Amino acid sequence: MQQFGLLLTSLPDGILLGFVYGIAAMGLTLIWGVMNVINLAHGPIIALGMFGTFILFINMGINPYIGLFLIAALGLLLGIFIYFVAVHRVINAPHLSSLLATFSVNMIIIGIGTAVFTTSPYNVDFNVGSFQLGSTTILGTRIIAALISIFFTAALYLFLYRTRPGKFIRAVTNNRAAAELMGVPSTRILALSFGLGTMLAAVSGALIATFFPFNILSGSNYELKSFVIGVLGGLGNPIGALFGGLILGMLEGIVPAFLNTSWVPVIEFGLFVVILLFRPTGLFGAKK
Amino acid sequence: MKKWRTYLGLLLPLLVVAGIVLWPVVTKNVSSRESAFTILKAVALASSLNILLGYTGYVSFGHIVFYGFGGYVGLYFVNEQGWSIWAGILAGGIASGLLAFLLGKAILRLRGAYFALATIGINEAMKAFINNFDLFGGPIGMTLNFSVYKAYGGAAKALGMSFYIMAGLTFAALIISHFVRTSKFGLGLQAIRENEDAAEVMGVVAPDAKTWAYVLSAIIPGMVGVLFFFKNGNVEPAVAFPLNSSIELLVMVMLGGQGTVLGPILGAFAYQGMRGYLVTSNFFKNIQLSVSGVLLLLIVLFIPAGAVGWLRQRIPALRRVLA
Repeated sequence: MQQFGLLLTSLPDGILLGFVYGIAAMGLTLIWGVMNVINLAHGPIIALGMFGTFILFINMGINPYIGLFLIAALGLLLGIFIYFVAVHRVINAPHLSSLLATFSVNMIIIGIGTAVFTTSPYNVDFNVGSFQLGSTTILGTRIIAALISIFFTAALYLFLYRTRPGKFIRAVTNNRAAAELMGVPSTRILALSFGLGTMLAAVSGALIATFFPFNILSGSNYELKSFVIGVLGGLGNPIGALFGGLILGMLEGIVPAFLNTSWVPVIEFGLFVVILLFRPTGLFGAKK
Repeated sequence: MKKWRTYLGLLLPLLVVAGIVLWPVVTKNVSSRESAFTILKAVALASSLNILLGYTGYVSFGHIVFYGFGGYVGLYFVNEQGWSIWAGILAGGIASGLLAFLLGKAILRLRGAYFALATIGINEAMKAFINNFDLFGGPIGMTLNFSVYKAYGGAAKALGMSFYIMAGLTFAALIISHFVRTSKFGLGLQAIRENEDAAEVMGVVAPDAKTWAYVLSAIIPGMVGVLFFFKNGNVEPAVAFPLNSSIELLVMVMLGGQGTVLGPILGAFAYQGMRGYLVTSNFFKNIQLSVSGVLLLLIVLFIPAGAVGWLRQRIPALRRVLA
């Protein structure tokens, strides 16, 4: 019964967090789906999003949820820039090249970030109250973060399925050569996809910063979670990533009720390897 | 006449490593011995990774798991069971080899990026598991009982001895790397790298060959792990399974030239040397990671074959020597 009570308190938190994990993973899996590149610079970009919230809120006093849109725009531009500098030349090279190219971006961002912000922890002291749900207290920041995540997912869905550039992205995902033959400007579409992927990473970072302390290295933790979620939801399936995020969030809510919290990563990464082995297309199907 | 030519490619690697080993012996300087130890460790690990990465073409992002796991097992036997360091190193190598065999049977079915992701997952899962594994000290890890060093004539002597064992392991890694490259088995691996399906049609039993390549590339890291933790005096999960070091190894192999015997040696030497310089220089020390990142990016974008690969492409006459 005590465990049940514990479950009631930790599960809602986990689910709300799962939405935010979901959009971080959505960025990763979008990039993978469109260009078969695993973006190892994902973590540092999440961290940059966190610092974006910090700078806008603490130094300029802008409300985090308004600053979010500025962070999203900057993330989009940064992603397009990274694409042309680091990724474009290796897009057709073997996997090792693109992995190392994005990893070198990771090193560059972390290096500059360490010099500017050091590695000491930062905290955004932001509060929008909380409310009671039975015996459970739910923080307002988490609810808003989850709602914003759902909003971004819906926007991405509409963009991919209802607009022309979005349809181009899906065409390039399906078959780049064929899309080029149909007159799709593939380079611009690849750059746009990379930009969208980093935008989602930056947004998730900006949201996480409103409820967890962070430093420049914190991103790698969420990058690893994004891998797990991406595989759960099916690599290259952005909408599946949201459900993957929910599953991971629930796991993080359920496991601590029965086992020590330090077992959570064992279960997460164990599950990750098992799914890769037995169902590499993920629970909701990957791109073909 | 033909026989010695196959060994010609081993000459330069042996000379380079012998040079690194002799440097502190000649100068009799303890700090240069420490630098040489770090370089030799990098050379041994990078050469081992190269068997899987360079010859077989499988990108392992979590190769450091064998270093950490072997190191943990070996140190456990040395520290808790009173085994000698030799038996401990052997146990570490066997443990890593066994782990690679079991893992290889499962994950080598995956190709390309899926394999790379799985290796990351395994490294993180192992780190998290060891964190909860009380026999190995959980999150605190294990600290070497100081009396263990007594059997080797005190701590100072034990450290000196570690250096020579490290040198021996590095030579072993090179010789394994060379023989894999020149053997029929290695030819099969290289065929898998170029086109796995075609290799199978030509009679290479790909699952077995890949598994053995994985095992061979795991044994030396396991042994190096035991030796390093023995020398360090303690081990804890974060030190044993650093994902970043895994990627640094990839960088070293890539820098020097994957799929060659000499490449990983030069890559490891250059990378460690550069890092040592950047960390200590006043100008670069704050952004050393960024400088390394920019260099890596330039190499990946413009010289993807690495230094040795580039030379081999440019100057065909060198191909026999630069194997």
